[in-house]
Amino acid sequence: MSKYQVNDNGYYGNFGGAYIPEMLYPNVDELQRSYLPIIQSESFRQEFDQLLRDYVGRPSPLYRAGRLSDRYGTNIFLKREDLNHTGAHKINNTIGQILLAERLGKKRIIAETGAGQHGVATATVCALKGLQCVVYMGAIDIERQAPNVARMKMMGAEVIAATSGSKTLKDATNEALRDWINNPLDTHYIIGSVVGPHPYPDMVARFQSVISAETRKQLLEKTGRETPDYAVACVGGGSNAAGMFYHFLDEPSVRLVAVEAAGKGVHSGESAATTVLGREGVLHGSRSILMQTEDGQVIEPYSISAGLDYPGIGPQHAWLHKSGRATYAAITDEEAMQAGLLLTRLEGIIPAIESAHALAQLEKMTFGKDESVVVCLSGRGDKDLDNYMKYFGF
Amino acid sequence: MNRINELFAKKGDKRILSIYFTAGYPTLDSTLDIAEALEKAGVDFLEIGFPYSDPVADGPVIQHSSEAALRHGMTLHILFEQLKALRKRVSIPVLLMGYVNPVLQYGVENFCKSCTAVGVDGVIVPDLPMYEFEEHYRPIFEANGLSNIFLVTPQTSEARIRKIDDLSTGFIYLLSSSATTGKNLAVSEDTTTYFSRIRGMGLKNPVVIGFGISNQETFIQATDYADGAIVGSAFVRLLGEADYMEKIPRFVRQLRD
Repeated sequence: MSKYQVNDNGYYGNFGGAYIPEMLYPNVDELQRSYLPIIQSESFRQEFDQLLRDYVGRPSPLYRAGRLSDRYGTNIFLKREDLNHTGAHKINNTIGQILLAERLGKKRIIAETGAGQHGVATATVCALKGLQCVVYMGAIDIERQAPNVARMKMMGAEVIAATSGSKTLKDATNEALRDWINNPLDTHYIIGSVVGPHPYPDMVARFQSVISAETRKQLLEKTGRETPDYAVACVGGGSNAAGMFYHFLDEPSVRLVAVEAAGKGVHSGESAATTVLGREGVLHGSRSILMQTEDGQVIEPYSISAGLDYPGIGPQHAWLHKSGRATYAAITDEEAMQAGLLLTRLEGIIPAIESAHALAQLEKMTFGKDESVVVCLSGRGDKDLDNYMKYFGF
Repeated sequence: MNRINELFAKKGDKRILSIYFTAGYPTLDSTLDIAEALEKAGVDFLEIGFPYSDPVADGPVIQHSSEAALRHGMTLHILFEQLKALRKRVSIPVLLMGYVNPVLQYGVENFCKSCTAVGVDGVIVPDLPMYEFEEHYRPIFEANGLSNIFLVTPQTSEARIRKIDDLSTGFIYLLSSSATTGKNLAVSEDTTTYFSRIRGMGLKNPVVIGFGISNQETFIQATDYADGAIVGSAFVRLLGEADYMEKIPRFVRQLRD
């Protein structure tokens, strides 16, 4: 067993666990007992693989970005999660969880969403399977992300505004947890990232691990080697990074680089650079690193990217950070926006602002000309066009 | 024997009444005045909530009181400072109730020591589950003579309830239903079957029912099956009204008479 994977007690090092009120115990206990037998079963694997192939459009291409490679004097490969159905890596997880929910006999699905990408991916699989879908979204995010709200509603989901606290992702997650407490029997909660009580961080990472599984095969075809020298991904809660790192964790030659959002500057007071600003604590059911006051009150983070402004990171990331297995960097709004524009102009690909954070990190690294660097292009930038337009004054 | 054990040992036929309220609400300094008024009004023990930014087990009323308390600047450090005068003014058992993260940041050992130093008898931390408590924190609680109270819901298995009974040292907190705080108890056949099932288990700890107890009717219904009951959201709502201090005696009297 890898020392970077979850242990039998639900921990990564001293991070993880299941800090949940008793009301959630039966649901979480059921998941802990059943998730591995279900997702490792032949029928599950077959249906999961078939849907990823025929519905999501996998494998996603691994594209050698020629002009970007020239710029950095190396070989940059983009893992094109942006080409998935619904436009991001999020659907890998929701496909997995909806199949799990079906096998557990659940009739009703709930989810939280920030920018709306996970909400859309959840509404999509609920439409696919004909299950009732309720998505909690911060009241402020509902205003900021009207097109995604419309997509969810068109697919038949009910979108409920979280009006407590700061009215954003953290509060939407609280509302989803409250819903689950009040509906303990028929409901499955599809968490969108590698956060939450055990087994969610491991389960979501397994569903996302298709990213690095494919990358290994594709790299072998393109370079003759299964492993890159660097794997780079952005981290909010950390699901695309967890998937990108998964099959490289025990390959010490692969340097893992996780990129957090520094907002207007790491120490500007408007940032989401959790590993720099956070301390160990418990949020949403697991022990990890989170941004908080001395008194243990959670601090609302900031990033221009709605997918990265989460005050914590998944417990596996906390462990990869603490153990030194992965490097955690921080990229500002400005650096990310410039990197997004650069990719658009050099390669004709508009990245999600989240993914642009990972791309911006390339500017700060130095590479050998024969090295290979894989960047997880976790999502497409269509949802961010307004932001890009305003930022650059197009 | 601490104050909680003593209360239940001597209760006889009495229906034990507990009231929950949030420290720092409606004002930063209202905590002890409210506690004293509740004891005078005849409440048997108190649960004082320390606020948290993300109270996932709570409904809107207690969420609102927590947000307000945090805005007023309440912290665990300030609360323990206020509670230094607790035992000059209040003699009934007092428990602190809140979420695990503020406790972790304060330091679990420091927290337990501060509780004992000011005369707090027990702690309820809903998101500190049995496994984590046993694995990491039980010796610290025991060394400080502090009761840790566990919750039981209609979905909790019998084996788990037995284990909770073994680990508990004050009482067992029975949730009237699987719900967040502040929903009204609707007594149905399912509820009474559940309450009777628990009563029939012959647990060594007293059982107190909470969540959804808001008035005399629900208080009596709950205490027909348990040693006591806890009123939370209904009282916190009262604290949002003008002249709440004058209204406390009547609120408590109406629950019992």
